[in-house]
Amino acid sequence: MPSPAAKSSSRPKWVAQARASATLVGYFAIPIGVLLLSPWWLLLGIVAVLAILIATTRAGRQVWSVTRIGIATIPQRLGSSSVVVVGIAGVVAVLVAMLSMAQGFAVTLKETGTDDTAIVMRAGAQTELNSVIDHDTATLVSQAPQVVHGPNGQAIASPELVVIAALPKKATGLDANVEVRGVGERAWDLRPRVKIVEGRRFKPGLRELIVGKGAREQFVGVEPGATLKLNGQIWTVVGEFDSNDSHNSELWGDTDIVGSTYRRGSSTTSVTVRLTSASAFDAFKAGLKTDPRLQVDVNTTRQYYNQQSDTLAQIIRVLGTTVGVIMAVGAVFGALNTMYAAVAVRTREIATLRAMGFRGTPVIVSVMIETLLLAFLGGSLGALVAWLVFNGYTASTLGANFSAVVFSFDVTPALLWNGLKWALTMGLLGGLLPALRAARMPVTVGLREL
Amino acid sequence: MKYLHLIWAALMRRKARTLFTLFSVLAAFLLFGLLDSVRSAFNTASSNVAGVDRLISVSKVSFALSLPKSLYARIQAVPGVTQVSYANWFGGIYQDQRNFFPSEAVADNFLDLYPEWELPEAQRQAFRHTRTGAVVGQSLAERFGWKIGDKIPLQATIFPQKGGSNTWTFDLVGIFRAKNPEQRGNENIFFFNWDYFDEARQFGNGNIGWYAERIADRTQTDKVAQAIDALSTESDHETKTQTEQSFTAALVSQFADIGLIVGAIMAAVFFTLILLTGNTMAQAVRERIPELAVMKTLGFTSKSVLGLLLAESVVLLAIGAAVGLVLAGGTVIGVRAKLGAAIPLSPVGGAIWLRGLALAAVIGLIVGVLPAVRGMRLRIVDALSGR
Repeated sequence: MPSPAAKSSSRPKWVAQARASATLVGYFAIPIGVLLLSPWWLLLGIVAVLAILIATTRAGRQVWSVTRIGIATIPQRLGSSSVVVVGIAGVVAVLVAMLSMAQGFAVTLKETGTDDTAIVMRAGAQTELNSVIDHDTATLVSQAPQVVHGPNGQAIASPELVVIAALPKKATGLDANVEVRGVGERAWDLRPRVKIVEGRRFKPGLRELIVGKGAREQFVGVEPGATLKLNGQIWTVVGEFDSNDSHNSELWGDTDIVGSTYRRGSSTTSVTVRLTSASAFDAFKAGLKTDPRLQVDVNTTRQYYNQQSDTLAQIIRVLGTTVGVIMAVGAVFGALNTMYAAVAVRTREIATLRAMGFRGTPVIVSVMIETLLLAFLGGSLGALVAWLVFNGYTASTLGANFSAVVFSFDVTPALLWNGLKWALTMGLLGGLLPALRAARMPVTVGLREL
Repeated sequence: MKYLHLIWAALMRRKARTLFTLFSVLAAFLLFGLLDSVRSAFNTASSNVAGVDRLISVSKVSFALSLPKSLYARIQAVPGVTQVSYANWFGGIYQDQRNFFPSEAVADNFLDLYPEWELPEAQRQAFRHTRTGAVVGQSLAERFGWKIGDKIPLQATIFPQKGGSNTWTFDLVGIFRAKNPEQRGNENIFFFNWDYFDEARQFGNGNIGWYAERIADRTQTDKVAQAIDALSTESDHETKTQTEQSFTAALVSQFADIGLIVGAIMAAVFFTLILLTGNTMAQAVRERIPELAVMKTLGFTSKSVLGLLLAESVVLLAIGAAVGLVLAGGTVIGVRAKLGAAIPLSPVGGAIWLRGLALAAVIGLIVGVLPAVRGMRLRIVDALSGR
């Protein structure tokens, strides 16, 4: 039975412990918060200030001499130091690769849309594949006053018909869905990004197709000059186009001819129009929505394509970050082991320095600098690997129209910087406890260590 | 077994180090458990054992095109086909686009082809006799708190009703459950009556999305599939018939090469883990060289030293793996309880545990072998004199 006296005497100890752990949390939380949130210039500034402090102050020179010894002895501990580097590199590489996948997918779809073109589909359809627009509706839409007219007085509007064809994929040899888009004559004015890179445009009225760059990369037998069978009819591929957006995953032909091949009559799946300006959209939408003859949904193409990218990109980001966090936890414990061992090896040396009058802070700072240096190396290595292996790597997934969306992994500088920040955070977490231990060890105990 | 306490003592020699290594191992196997659960979920979707005697016939051009109803009787007459049913994709939205789940209009005998769904006979009859009736999987019903008797409105994305309304209202008359708990993920589906659908929809009436056939002999799959496809050769609605399994597998592989992504991540994780624990084990043995020499002096053979050191790393890995897999199992249960089948995850069951523990043993041996061999080759005189 503990006496009341014992209880009350234990309280200050408990308080002291709580205070100690609060301090510890502070040690971690503040630098990590700064690290994860800071832009690159702030971090560079902190590094610069540190460098000046080290060069000019007495404590700074102490830090420098202790750090120099630590870094000079890294080659003797090459095995364990490289564990920190490789461990952190692995986390950063996986993280950056996953995020670059999300980035690439999102960019590909987002680039497809603009604010001054609008897409009209049947009410409730959500995607073009689900939608049906009859000929009268298409005509009414293109007659809206907000639609731009070309030099010859024709509205810049393209009635489009999206259908799916099953073609064998290069990677698997299995049939996969590819989107065939019938477009109107004005499609070229609506999408100036589309450039013919080989062959020529299809001729309206003929069973001719042009193939997007991404579709050509992913599918067998769609190169210019090839013929393919769509719903029993023979089509010829006459050119290849590159639009740098999600149209790259498609095959394009004339709406009317695609419609007759797929027996759609004169109906289409959507109408895309160019508006006089982005600000004309609200009036355009209101005009169509209030027209009793029409039952349609109206979106800017930017809204339409953003909405398609958001969910999947978000899922990939969450998954990538989750995987990254779990891997990072593993790597931090690896770094802890390594840095504790590094400190343990140098116990006597550190104790000697302390006995000579070195303060605790330079010891802490020097261990931290060493860990952060290793983490920085690891982060750079991981980022480099991710960039070399994955930047521009093409993949495809099923998009909203149940057909392939081809996209490239996009390893942006922002993602690389993000990976580096993760690396430094792991370095901080893995180095701080061993650093504190090195500084707090009583000199007499340290000197007796073997 | 009698050396267990020795192994334990060796692991407890530096508690902090063992604990940190354990956490690294745990993190790696937590990730393994979760990723393997995702991979198995995609695999069971495509390797549905109950589906091997079922064929799916879709339009050869693309599965989004429909087929004429006239094929029904002709497919039924194909030798080897015991039962034919048909369905159509509906793609309805419940309240919000983010609540996505598959919804299909199915013929009245459709569920007879799917014995893996357990639906009480009374509810099965109710489904047959209620024109606006619908049945859903239990996971889906739980996700939205639906009970039998509820009216469920879905917004059509493809099929407006005659008159232009996009709202279809269904009466929930049955809730089915997957016989195999591994397939609970597939319960996230909504079936309703074909007749209601076909009469009320604005267009496409009389056409069919796909045919499902059950065959008598699963070794005759290819022959029967070819016979079915031969019915429509050179017509304007050619079919492509394949097992349900390969149909689903092809669809899943179009989404993403899950195996490749999971494999790449796991390779990175375990490569790092091997380096990390290998380094720790090497360190642990280096520190204990004098102790090992003493053990050898006492009469431990080189082989038993080797065995002890190997066992040490295997035990470390196994404990970490076990805790990691338990955590993964808990996480999967938690996520499924919260999000339903929105994320494909299969329970962390026997197969995943087996793979995880086998992996732990292999990695334990890999990281243990170099230090252990060093311990085995140790010469007592050299070790004791610190050379």
